[in-house]
Amino acid sequence: MNKLLLGRYIPGDSVVHRLDSRTKLISAVCFIVIIFLANHWQSFLLLWTFTFLTLYLTGIPLNIYIRGVKPFIWLILFAVLMQILFTGGGEIFFQWGPVTISELGMINGLNAFFRFTLIIFISTVVTLTTKPVELTDAIYFLVKPLKVFRLPVEEISIMLTIALRFIPNLFEETRKIIDAQKARGTEFGKGSVFQQMKTLVPVFLPLFVNSLNRAEDLANAMEARGFRPDMKRSSFRQFHWKWQDSFTIGILVLLTASIILIGLYE
Amino acid sequence: MVTDIKFINVSVDYRTGPLHSKNVLDNISLHIKPGTFTAVVGHTGAGKSSLLKTMNGLVIPKKGMVKIGDYSISNQPNQSLKNIRKRVGMVFQFPESQIFAETVEKDICFGPLNFGISPREAKEIARRVIKNVGLEPSCLHKSPFSLSGGEKRRVAIAGILAMNPEVLVLDEPGAGLDPAGKKEILSLLEKWNKKYRMTTIMVTHEMDDVARYADDVIVMEKGKIVFHGDVTSFFSDVERIKSWKLDLPETLKFQLELEQQTGIRLPEKCLTPEKLANALIEVGLV
Ligand SMILES: Nc1ncnc2c1ncn2[C@@H]1O[C@H](COP(=O)(O)OP(=O)(O)OP(=O)(O)O)[C@@H](O)[C@H]1O
Ligand SMILES: [Mg+2]
Repeated sequence: MNKLLLGRYIPGDSVVHRLDSRTKLISAVCFIVIIFLANHWQSFLLLWTFTFLTLYLTGIPLNIYIRGVKPFIWLILFAVLMQILFTGGGEIFFQWGPVTISELGMINGLNAFFRFTLIIFISTVVTLTTKPVELTDAIYFLVKPLKVFRLPVEEISIMLTIALRFIPNLFEETRKIIDAQKARGTEFGKGSVFQQMKTLVPVFLPLFVNSLNRAEDLANAMEARGFRPDMKRSSFRQFHWKWQDSFTIGILVLLTASIILIGLYE
Repeated sequence: MVTDIKFINVSVDYRTGPLHSKNVLDNISLHIKPGTFTAVVGHTGAGKSSLLKTMNGLVIPKKGMVKIGDYSISNQPNQSLKNIRKRVGMVFQFPESQIFAETVEKDICFGPLNFGISPREAKEIARRVIKNVGLEPSCLHKSPFSLSGGEKRRVAIAGILAMNPEVLVLDEPGAGLDPAGKKEILSLLEKWNKKYRMTTIMVTHEMDDVARYADDVIVMEKGKIVFHGDVTSFFSDVERIKSWKLDLPETLKFQLELEQQTGIRLPEKCLTPEKLANALIEVGLV
């Protein structure tokens, strides 16, 4: 649980940290789309260059990002293996029943590997350098137009903000309760699956009870301060669009164009 | 069985995900004598809670060795911590947040059952400790979630005492309780300490509690122990206490103020209201 890096924020003052959260969110989505457009080694070279440059600019050590990929390594290897074993085409090196190892399979496997790691790297950059609340602000901004379809955008955004706000508390509390039950002699991760499941009850039960209590306290506190769900809201945090944001978007437009062009002409 | 605690050059790091706090405990050596009541004080973030967790094997030292009686903890794989955890009962801050069972009895029996006590014996123990923490035995069949905050705290402490530990470590056991409830719980700990010579270590921010209950005091600052000695020598140097950014007990504050305003010196540093009253009578001020 402590190893999962996705969804954590590391405070800092790099160029990437200071970008507008909307810029980062849009760019990340755009980047993930073009990852799937990329088909040639030139495209991947461009994407990797862009990614490593971004990683470097965040000022966060590379080994932290590599650790972020580790929890997904089995998923990635599985996807790569599927590609290698079951796609045919080009020169065939080996064949046995449905299993074919071919040139195309190898290439597809490599591409799958690139796509997975690139996506993880880039989404990790966004979450590591953006405060969760700023991220929800950005999401809110981007889905605001959906209000014309009578979607309760404001309520959803507040729910999201509150949920994100309490994730660290939940982690902290889980760790504390695990420690407390260990001190009372629980041995986690030992014995049969059934025994291990039983050790989870003394962790999750207090966690639920405490969360419910906290939710009630929070609801009361919000109401006592005059929160009404159906009012128009103003925002404490304001967006500041800077030239760096325009620059980033510009770079992404160029990147997208290059990937499409490489795809057309190769 | 009275048990002592030894730290030999212990250093502790924390690692949570990408974050790394170095030397939360910084090369600590210490010896807590068997049967003593020791208060651990210090500024927030000094490493008091970490010191307690190290005694229980919840945090493994990066360097050095912790000895609990005949058992030891050091940085090696596959050591059995069960023997340690059975001997060292740990009461966390706000321990009521770890209660989970549907009845008080089941929650108290949880620890003993984990350490291999038979269900019948565990129930017997539960009946005994519930009285010891000042609750009615009829509580045993109630849901713990129907109790008040102070009662829950007692149930949680009873759950630890039921394991019959030789050492009891507590992280701010009085925090968030009303004065009467707090006093009751601390007196109870003192009674257990004296009666069974159970080595007791308690983190606290209240100097009044240090003055009233502790034999020895440990002062921590930035992961180091800057003082370890008995209560009298701890309170003997007021300037030093202020330099650690700690408070003074109310009685001592009163005494210092009185001495400053009247110029009369009391014969000794008075740490409890009783002593202060006696001293005042002795010098003829009342
Ligand atoms: N799980 C953890 N992960 C990373 N760092 C931690 C962790 N727990 C504590 N620390 C760090 O270790 C240091 C000591 O923490 P500790 O909880 O021992 O302090 P404390 O003296 O008990 O403080 P307080 O009086 O506020 O309870 C702090 O600087 C804290 O940031
Ligand atoms: Mg603490």
